[in-house]
Amino acid sequence: MNKCMERLYNGIIKENPTFVLMLGMCPTLATTTTAVNGLGMGLTTTAVLIFSNLIISALRKIIPDRVRIPAYIVIVASLVTIVQLLLQAFIPSLNESLGIFIPLIVVNCIILGRAEAYAAKNGPAESAFDGIGMGLGFTLGLTCIAVFRELLGSGSVFGIGIIPETYNIRIFGLAPGAFFVLAGLTALQNKFKMPSATNGSAAESVLACGGNCMSCTGSACMANHATLETRRLQAEEDALAAKKAALAEKQAQLSAKLDKKEN
Amino acid sequence: MNKLLNVSSSPHARSSVLTQNLMFDVAIAMIPASVYGVYQFGLKALCILLVTIAGAVLSEYVYESLMGKPVTVMDGSALVTGLILGLNMPPEIPLWIPFLGSVFAVIVVKQIYGGLGQNFMNPALAARCFLLISFANQMSAFKLDGVSGATPLSALKNGGTVDVAAMFVGKIPGTIGEVSVVALLIGAAYLLVKKVISIRIPAAYLLSFAVFVFIFGQHTPAFVLAHLCGGGLIFGAFFMATDYVTSPITPNGQIVFGILLGVLTGLFRLFGGSAEGVSYAIIISNLMVPLIEKVTLPVAFGKEGKKA
Repeated sequence: MNKCMERLYNGIIKENPTFVLMLGMCPTLATTTTAVNGLGMGLTTTAVLIFSNLIISALRKIIPDRVRIPAYIVIVASLVTIVQLLLQAFIPSLNESLGIFIPLIVVNCIILGRAEAYAAKNGPAESAFDGIGMGLGFTLGLTCIAVFRELLGSGSVFGIGIIPETYNIRIFGLAPGAFFVLAGLTALQNKFKMPSATNGSAAESVLACGGNCMSCTGSACMANHATLETRRLQAEEDALAAKKAALAEKQAQLSAKLDKKEN
Repeated sequence: MNKLLNVSSSPHARSSVLTQNLMFDVAIAMIPASVYGVYQFGLKALCILLVTIAGAVLSEYVYESLMGKPVTVMDGSALVTGLILGLNMPPEIPLWIPFLGSVFAVIVVKQIYGGLGQNFMNPALAARCFLLISFANQMSAFKLDGVSGATPLSALKNGGTVDVAAMFVGKIPGTIGEVSVVALLIGAAYLLVKKVISIRIPAAYLLSFAVFVFIFGQHTPAFVLAHLCGGGLIFGAFFMATDYVTSPITPNGQIVFGILLGVLTGLFRLFGGSAEGVSYAIIISNLMVPLIEKVTLPVAFGKEGKKA
């Protein structure tokens, strides 16, 4: 269970798909015009993500390695079709306002990314929780952006009017506003050093560079620094074990020779 | 220590021209246009100018103090940004909109990219476009002597006729600083004489624009003249397109930049949805500057004869 809670924390805060991993930017920028749309898009993606992670994880030993991407796409596409039919039946207004971005969930990089990076290597329960965590993280990011954009651009939050129309800054409802708000929130997230994969403090970070992206030039950065480190350690250990085995063998031979001489 | 033995790294000789002098020269050059604007549109125009300048200087001071950077308010660049933005405002606008524009110009366009010299886009113009998109109605409500009317450019666009002489003097509705061509040309002459700007960008801009309009618009000199005197073209060509930070430094690049500006402005004015296109043309061309500089890099001394 602890592992599952860790997955939730990882998805929502540490590796938040919107503000830390910067994945799924296309729906993030396009569907966050109002808070309801942002929340709806986030939850729709979450639903698809949970089930795709679950199914892919359950089938991970059956799917041949060479055709895994088409197999994932088929699974995700089926799930997206189901979700879209459900939306059309029960929340037609949301389906209308999200439009093309619902079918586009099929190629959402968060979903394929999690399938490839987590579900294909871990058990179904953890994968499902990973899906919940990542999905909620995505929903949180989208809703935050959407609340700011709706408040500044059309003066309301979740459709409740707060600022009179004269004072609305309409650009926040348009494409440039999405970039302004996304950049602003990401900068805040970095500024206050929320614990994330890319900006832990140097002492706690498992990354060789210290994990502080604010002073990073980019050339030295490797996303899989930690894995590289463990692989290197593993290789060293293997080499050591092999040496020990060789030594033991030599010793055994020597002692056998000594035994023979004494005899 | 003996001055002869003083060792230092280059540069050893420095020009006596400071950022401060340049900025105050630009500000001085805009005085005729500002005075004419205040004379024509009244105290409201003066208030707008003061609000944009105060807003720009204040936000620069506050941002740099909060971020622990050296405060560069005294170099006058914020003052110039504020003044240009103020001159780009219609005279009837509520005061909080120009203030918001100033804050956006200095903090988002200039300071976030690293302050003076680092911004990739003219701050005042980016702020004007920000306001144009956000407050389309307030930003295009022009009045003259209490009567709201179409600017000469929108009249032209809708097939009307215009009085070129009035446009030259400035008896037309428009933004505070762009109406009087005479006042702007006086300021531009001052900048050219003081060698603050070179003639390359404005000349290439105005010429290519005139040719474009003559070919694709009505083929009459009157039409071309009206387009040259109308809107923010003169103001943009001499005061905004020549901004040091966001225009090419190579001589050939400046000409390419000017031609690009002329063609884009012509496209926007003749074929675009709105009557004016100077601001968008300038900020789009600002984005091209690094590319223009890359292809127009002068050959280094001593390498003239060799092929690359």
